[in-house]
Amino acid sequence: MVSFEGLIEHNKRLSYLLFFLLLLLLGGLGASVGVWWGGEWYTGLIVASAVAVIYFLISWYAGASMILSMSGAREIRHEDAPQLWNVVEELSIAAGLPMPKVYMIEDGAMNAFATGRDPQHASVAITRGLMEKLNREELQAVMAHEMSHVRNYDIRFAMLMAVMVGSIVLICDVVMRSVFFGRRRSSRSSDGGKGQAVMAVVAVVLAILAPLLASIIQLAVSRQREYLADASAVELTRNPAGLVSALRKLTSDPNELEGTSRGTQHLYIVNPLRKNKKGRDSLFSTHPSLESRIERIEGLSVARA
Amino acid sequence: MGNGVYLFVAMAAGIVVYAVYIYNTLVRRKASVENGWSQIDVQLKRRYDLIPNLVETVKGYATHEREVFERIAALRSAALSATSPEQAAPLQNQLTGALKSLFAVSENYPELKANRNFLALQEELASTENKIAFARQYYNDAVKAFNIAIDVFPNNLISRRLGYEPRSMWTAEDASELQSVQVSWR
Repeated sequence: MVSFEGLIEHNKRLSYLLFFLLLLLLGGLGASVGVWWGGEWYTGLIVASAVAVIYFLISWYAGASMILSMSGAREIRHEDAPQLWNVVEELSIAAGLPMPKVYMIEDGAMNAFATGRDPQHASVAITRGLMEKLNREELQAVMAHEMSHVRNYDIRFAMLMAVMVGSIVLICDVVMRSVFFGRRRSSRSSDGGKGQAVMAVVAVVLAILAPLLASIIQLAVSRQREYLADASAVELTRNPAGLVSALRKLTSDPNELEGTSRGTQHLYIVNPLRKNKKGRDSLFSTHPSLESRIERIEGLSVARA
Repeated sequence: MGNGVYLFVAMAAGIVVYAVYIYNTLVRRKASVENGWSQIDVQLKRRYDLIPNLVETVKGYATHEREVFERIAALRSAALSATSPEQAAPLQNQLTGALKSLFAVSENYPELKANRNFLALQEELASTENKIAFARQYYNDAVKAFNIAIDVFPNNLISRRLGYEPRSMWTAEDASELQSVQVSWR
């Protein structure tokens, strides 16, 4: 038996640790690139932070609407899909959260996601295919999973992780280009040459490894958060069976959702890309395997209120 | 001597900060209980509004079920006139049971089940029942947290001065109550 509180605490600690690792990676990368280009280490650090801050501001204010329009989602009202609207409203009452915006994606594939920066600015989206194939209980379970992403601030955390990984990838891209096109500036003095040569090697190695490391960290967080959202969904609905049968239906879906990419695949309730949907747990999967998710849901203790 | 004064001031400041923290926690917990209660209230009102429409729609098809309509109408007006949560809770639970039996009865009328108006009302009422259940779940969790917060030491020193009393939870209907509703339906 695992308690919800224990699970949430464990996930929070792990998330902070991984976020700190990414921060270190970004800082180290900035500093070594700064030295390599003949500046001071802190110049590099400042430039790297500036890149991250600009990236962050764009995501904070425009990220959610960019993701929603990329996926082709359309905002709906109660009369467009009464049952869906009611289910979301029920869950916002259960979670004690304001009603999020509800979006519909006109696609036969089965998927759903949540985005936004906090519960006051949250959106949940679902494909028509999923809405039509689930019964009321299963729809409630899926939307409870999405509302849990909102309640646990996963939507903000996913955004922050995307900002960090995006900044690291951007900086590495610039470094790799400068290696190939020889944009490296001449050194300030001859005696600093040796130290700089070492830093050059460090910078190149970091530039190759950092994006890989960053995405491994991002994916580890993503998988943990999926488990947590499953657990919180059951806490809201007190109905593990609904979530298990919804997950079974979701994973048997053969269609690939259009308008998704490697950049947004971690947002969805199951991986929208066909080639990434099945298979065992690995360092590079965005979601835990169906078997481990169901196993953990069934291990939860459920009390009736 | 000087050190002693500093120590005393630091301790007093620490106690004040801690007291403010406890006070804020208590106020927050109380607000969340009241928020939970008003949410239940909103959903109960919505149910009162939906019931007459539903009964009118069903009456047109299921003419032999007068007993159910009367029971629902009686429970609705009794619950409406209840003044305290303790008084309203059992009536609300019985009303939930009576509405369940109304939907169970409607299964016997294929024409009724094909009526779009009825289907829409059924969805709205089912959703409202869920909202009441979820609001109750949220309210009970808030009450539990509130009751613990005002009872533990040293919070009880402050909560007593504020006049905070433990709240009672809204308990779910028990099995015997549900059964009696079903029996009246056969």
